[in-house]
Amino acid sequence: MSEEIEFDTAGITKKFMYVNRKAPYGTIYALEVLEAVLISAAFEQHACIVFIDDGVYQIKKGQDTDAVNMKNFSKTYGIIAMEKEDADEDEDMDMVWRIIVEKESMEARGLSTDDFVVDVEVIESSELAAIMAEQEVVISG
Amino acid sequence: MLHTINKSPFERNSLDSCLRLSVKGSPILLIEDGVLAATKETAVSDKVAVATKDHPMFVMGPDLKARGITDDSVADGITVVDYGGFVDLVVEHGTVQSWL
Amino acid sequence: MKFGILVNEGPFTHQASDSAYHFVKAAIEKGHQVMRVFFYYDGVNNANKLSAPQSDDRNLVKLWGELGAEHNVDLVVCIAAALRRGIVEENLADGFRISGLGQLTEVGIAADRLVVFGD
Repeated sequence: MSEEIEFDTAGITKKFMYVNRKAPYGTIYALEVLEAVLISAAFEQHACIVFIDDGVYQIKKGQDTDAVNMKNFSKTYGIIAMEKEDADEDEDMDMVWRIIVEKESMEARGLSTDDFVVDVEVIESSELAAIMAEQEVVISG
Repeated sequence: MLHTINKSPFERNSLDSCLRLSVKGSPILLIEDGVLAATKETAVSDKVAVATKDHPMFVMGPDLKARGITDDSVADGITVVDYGGFVDLVVEHGTVQSWL
Repeated sequence: MKFGILVNEGPFTHQASDSAYHFVKAAIEKGHQVMRVFFYYDGVNNANKLSAPQSDDRNLVKLWGELGAEHNVDLVVCIAAALRRGIVEENLADGFRISGLGQLTEVGIAADRLVVFGD
């Protein structure tokens, strides 16, 4: 591998937002953006992980992928929830993580918070628009 | 925040989701197949006309040309830009949210 | 201004790589710095030196490599996404390097703007 190039990021904390709008398994975006979220924990950045449109299905309970022979990565969202708890509890860590579901997307698909593998904040679109407008780095999958 | 939309409104719900989740006054740039939302007299023209009142709207000229859409087919109030204009919009408006 | 770019799709199948390329060129022409282009998901296929488009069509793999070299843009291919898709050192095009997903977060922090091109 060629030499690593690193940028100076010391002391900078930004608001990252990861936008998930696609259902899992039909495409790989859900899995690979999850991997990006986990890596960002190492950088101690703020993170909003947002599920909109079909993205709400990414965190749905009861995913059984045996018959399609694909990796079931829904348990990985549990790790995200743990990262969030650690961030919430650690007073020294200035890292705010939020896991957000858009209310309209959830309800349009007949889902409720009981259907999800993690605890989420359910936020309606105009309030979520305002949260999105505050973000500094938006990664869409 | 600058919003970009790269998919056709006839193919995907990206335009609808962007309009639902973008703060009024934030600019929207249509790129790639997203430029199809900018043309006059389509099934989405009314929706886009409302959006144009709420948001500064821009559309990528090179993508229009590639798809055989002339500037005079572009709906009123939507400004045609090139890649340089795209860069300027990003510089001016801060964080970019790409609605894919 | 300093830019970071994320390219989510491979060459040809989607316009994302072309759009990103033209954006980067325009940014450089305007005097901005493009620190890093990070290739993720199928975007890693932009680094496959075995890509052989028809002779009357643009060769995106070469174009990216030349742009990176000429203007000191760090072209990074995500190792995990690359392994999935068979992009390894042996078929890595000139001008690209393989590295970890942390390089995406890093440029998000270090740059003034991150722009995502995808499907």
